[in-house]
Amino acid sequence: MMNFETIVFYVFAALTVFAALRVITARNPVHAVLFLVLAFISSSGIWLLLEAEFLAITLVLVYVGAVMVLFLFVVMMLDINLVRLREDFWRWLPFGLALAGLMVFQMVWVLGSPATSAGKTAVRHAADYSNTKELGRLIYTDYVYPFEIAAVLLLVAMVAAIALTLRRRKDSKSQVVAEQVAVKKSDRLRIVKMRAESRE
Amino acid sequence: MMELLQMLQQAGQDLLGPAWLPVWTLVKILVIVLPIMGSVAYLTLAERKVIGFMQIRIGPNRVGPYGLLQPLADGIKLLFKEIIIPDNSNKFLFILAPIMALAPSLAAWAVVPFGEGMALADLNAGLLYLLAMTSLAVYGIIIAGWASNSKYAFLGAVRSAAQIVSYEIAMGFALVCVLLASQSMNLGDIVRGQQSGAGLFGWYFLPLFPMFLVYLISGVAETNRAPFDMAEGESEIVAGFHVEYSGMAFALFFLAEYANMILIAFLTSIMFLGGWLSPLPFLPDSFIWLLGKVSFILFLFLWFRATFPRYRYDQLMRLGWKVFIPLTIVWVVVVAAWMQTPLWFW
Repeated sequence: MMNFETIVFYVFAALTVFAALRVITARNPVHAVLFLVLAFISSSGIWLLLEAEFLAITLVLVYVGAVMVLFLFVVMMLDINLVRLREDFWRWLPFGLALAGLMVFQMVWVLGSPATSAGKTAVRHAADYSNTKELGRLIYTDYVYPFEIAAVLLLVAMVAAIALTLRRRKDSKSQVVAEQVAVKKSDRLRIVKMRAESRE
Repeated sequence: MMELLQMLQQAGQDLLGPAWLPVWTLVKILVIVLPIMGSVAYLTLAERKVIGFMQIRIGPNRVGPYGLLQPLADGIKLLFKEIIIPDNSNKFLFILAPIMALAPSLAAWAVVPFGEGMALADLNAGLLYLLAMTSLAVYGIIIAGWASNSKYAFLGAVRSAAQIVSYEIAMGFALVCVLLASQSMNLGDIVRGQQSGAGLFGWYFLPLFPMFLVYLISGVAETNRAPFDMAEGESEIVAGFHVEYSGMAFALFFLAEYANMILIAFLTSIMFLGGWLSPLPFLPDSFIWLLGKVSFILFLFLWFRATFPRYRYDQLMRLGWKVFIPLTIVWVVVVAAWMQTPLWFW
């Protein structure tokens, strides 16, 4: 007899695997992106089952709410030829399968080894235990340097990405917002006082 | 009242056993959703009336006394209209989009506390959950714009996606300030953190005043309301993302927009205006206060729409990225530093 949590876990797990498969098999790139969104949401459900509510909700907030929106945005704008996209599918399939097999092997090896699993059982915390507070405390005390380094790396990557793609076109027309903001009423508007004309 | 509820709980337990919990939760969901749907209907009437009076018109006054049955008439009309699915549109996504627009805005209500201990789910990470749910609402709009296979709809969707993603950041940082001040992500605790002997001076809108304004304005932008309704922009792109929709599918987008407005009004009241706390220390706290605050903010929404002309798109982006986001980031640091000094009274 499976308890309720196990059933929920299997439902979410099956949904995640199904969505992930559809990401690579979907004909339409927009559908693929939407299936990726589904995969994120169902894996966040699995995290919720682990009572890692901060990570679960952040996954939805950051990946689904922001990153995937921009992905969708880009994919919708691209002029994608569906036939050309499908052409190389069979050619790359063996390579992809080999890579997937390697990753499964790694995961099983790492998670199944006694070094990571032995003697460590998940501890149930009380309902008022705040996962978020605990994470915050760890990140800003024990792991503050790796955290800061990661932040700086991301900043550098962001600046580099902007610098690489920034092209100023000479012929494009744009508004100078500073000038617009600085405009006063007296620059543009002249109020004329005149006496009301009488109606006949 | 409490005894009656307890008796009902007991009777249900005896009758249904373990199946009682889902049934009872369903009842609670209905108790929240039905009044929201009713408020949405009457908010549309209020909007037309308020804007009418602001423009020295009467507004709807034909259906029922003072036009009070107008929302009902609108609903029936939309219900009986045909849902036209355009040729070459993506049919599944075309139907899914309005559902995707409405579902997150209803799901977000799960954590909203209506009074002391009156929330469907008293989550520890309630604030995060809210941010996640409101960030999902954009999918309905993007999918609608893309699935319609129409240039106007797609332009509206693209505008809306960029706008919502930009303003979400400012909104998130404004809420980080609230989180700092209350030291909790539980919405109930955030309201209790504003409780003091000083009534309305204990609320967070005072120390976080710039954030209050940023949150309110971003809220207007997030819900695609005037003056930030570039996603609809009826004078430029006809009606934006829902130009191809008709009947109930169109009505769902409308429901979502108004449900989101009410949600933002509730959240602003809870985060900055003390939720159900009374503004004067000698008056009792009650749900009525929350309703009053929410009505005031909803009135602001309508007032904005009647007053301001629509923003230009580059102005909107400038306001979001160059004004609000830097301002909120600076204010996070200011609040964090301020809280370390003895001058922090909240």
